[in-house]
Amino acid sequence: MTTPATDYSLAELMIVAGAEAFRNDGEVLATGIGLIPRLAASLAMKTFNAELMMTDSEAWMLSEPNPVSGRSSHEGQKQETWMGFSRIFDNVWSGKRHAMVGPTQIDRYGQANISALGGTYEQPKVQMLGVRGFPGNSINHANSFFVPAHNIRVFVDGECDMVGSIGYNPERLPKGYSLEDIDIRLVVTDLCVMDWNGPNHMLQLRSLHPGIDVEQVLANTGFEIHVPNEVPVTPAPTAQQLEIIRQLDPENWRAKQLKDNPPGDRR
Amino acid sequence: MSKLQTAAQAIARIEDGMTIGIGGWGPRRKPMALVRELLRSDVKDLTVVAYGGADVGMLCASGKVKKVVFAFVSLDFIPLEPYFRQARQSGVIETMEIDEGMMLLGLRAAAWRIPYIPTSLGLGTDVVKVNPGLKVIDSPYDDKEWVAMPALKLDVALIHADRADERGVCQIKGPDLYMDDWFARAAETTIVSCDELVATETFAQGDEARSVHWERSQTQSVVHVPGGAHPTSCTPLYGFDVAHFKAYNASAKDGGFEGYFNQFIAGKTEEEYQQAVGGLDAIRQLSLPVY
Repeated sequence: MTTPATDYSLAELMIVAGAEAFRNDGEVLATGIGLIPRLAASLAMKTFNAELMMTDSEAWMLSEPNPVSGRSSHEGQKQETWMGFSRIFDNVWSGKRHAMVGPTQIDRYGQANISALGGTYEQPKVQMLGVRGFPGNSINHANSFFVPAHNIRVFVDGECDMVGSIGYNPERLPKGYSLEDIDIRLVVTDLCVMDWNGPNHMLQLRSLHPGIDVEQVLANTGFEIHVPNEVPVTPAPTAQQLEIIRQLDPENWRAKQLKDNPPGDRR
Repeated sequence: MSKLQTAAQAIARIEDGMTIGIGGWGPRRKPMALVRELLRSDVKDLTVVAYGGADVGMLCASGKVKKVVFAFVSLDFIPLEPYFRQARQSGVIETMEIDEGMMLLGLRAAAWRIPYIPTSLGLGTDVVKVNPGLKVIDSPYDDKEWVAMPALKLDVALIHADRADERGVCQIKGPDLYMDDWFARAAETTIVSCDELVATETFAQGDEARSVHWERSQTQSVVHVPGGAHPTSCTPLYGFDVAHFKAYNASAKDGGFEGYFNQFIAGKTEEEYQQAVGGLDAIRQLSLPVY
């Protein structure tokens, strides 16, 4: 069951790579925003980190993650704690949370944006969501990033158009804080896995998805990243992991998340 | 004392330039019948504080809004609110863009009658840059700096509840009350629309009183509007109207808000609005979203 699979999709590879972000978290609320991050957190909870906590995305904490597809009601879900939105903030501010979010822009400092693009602040070219919970999340607890299409529009040259979350930027560091107080973990993209453990918290390449080379990553990243001498290939899902993913997503909604649902191994 | 009013009587309390808070969250349990009544009024220059959805979009599109205090404006399954987007992209509204939790703290500060609450939220981000009114202060107890989230004092709060009695006892039985209790407490005047108007005795049964989240002294006006949250949800009574939201979203590209407003709201009573969207029975049949 721990044998690497040979037939798997890129979405499944990214779910398995994303699950690794939560491996050593212990007892924290794992929040995956979007289907692939949610499956990543759920897979981690179902396999190597049973201590994780998760909600039903509505108002309850669950002892077992809900499937992401194939449900028509909340009946029968394994509720253990009321967790309305106001209590989510109590959890966020306690620090016992790790969110995996999908920013529209990420800059060299790990600052991220889901608010607005281009133009001026008073009149943006494209208004998106607003900063939502990014400011509070980023200064209170661990965050990882999920990027379904790795390109220079996401990994921008310069700072994000609207900096919604704090990163490793000495210029913006609040009084009394050190860069070590900021906790940005993994970046899982359709090309690779990265983290912020390069020199001076530089973004660094951690593994390349099968069939992707370093040049593709560099050409699609708008700023310099650290490339270690040895970059391993992102591990393929195991048969056991694929089976659990199928149970968590019986209607295969994961196949609709990435354009053309590419295979995980592109060699 | 009866606080029962018609929507028109209640909305007449709102004056030009006021700050109004709107309860609910995105497409969930928004006091939309009250919002529609406000859209029919000639009130203008409002500052709106909300976890925003179509309530904020409609008020912006109708030119009633001077400023929006927001962390997001979204219909959730349609991520970007079309009319809020148009308003921002044409540069016609002022903003105070803050973290979701900062809004909660601002409402709490207003409710507790204190000027601000210190928080780390917003530090190191553009939130402290684009809001010149937002102060960063030193602490008397440590060497860090803190955002002083100011009280978000509301002149009026608009809230939709499942049930209320005419004295202003309001019940929300859905799994989440969102921040509605804080909107009620932060406001000088709280107007609550309710799906069901009940006798006070209702709350004496079983554990019904456990789902009452603020005291009646925080509610000044009760408006009975069955289905009054439509097209947003009022769990567990009904879900949100996906088809209606899709049509609303499409109207931004075809006909604009004027077309939507004329079709559903202008010159119509709430009963006529409900007939135009399929009737109250159809609203009550809308299924709840499952994620």
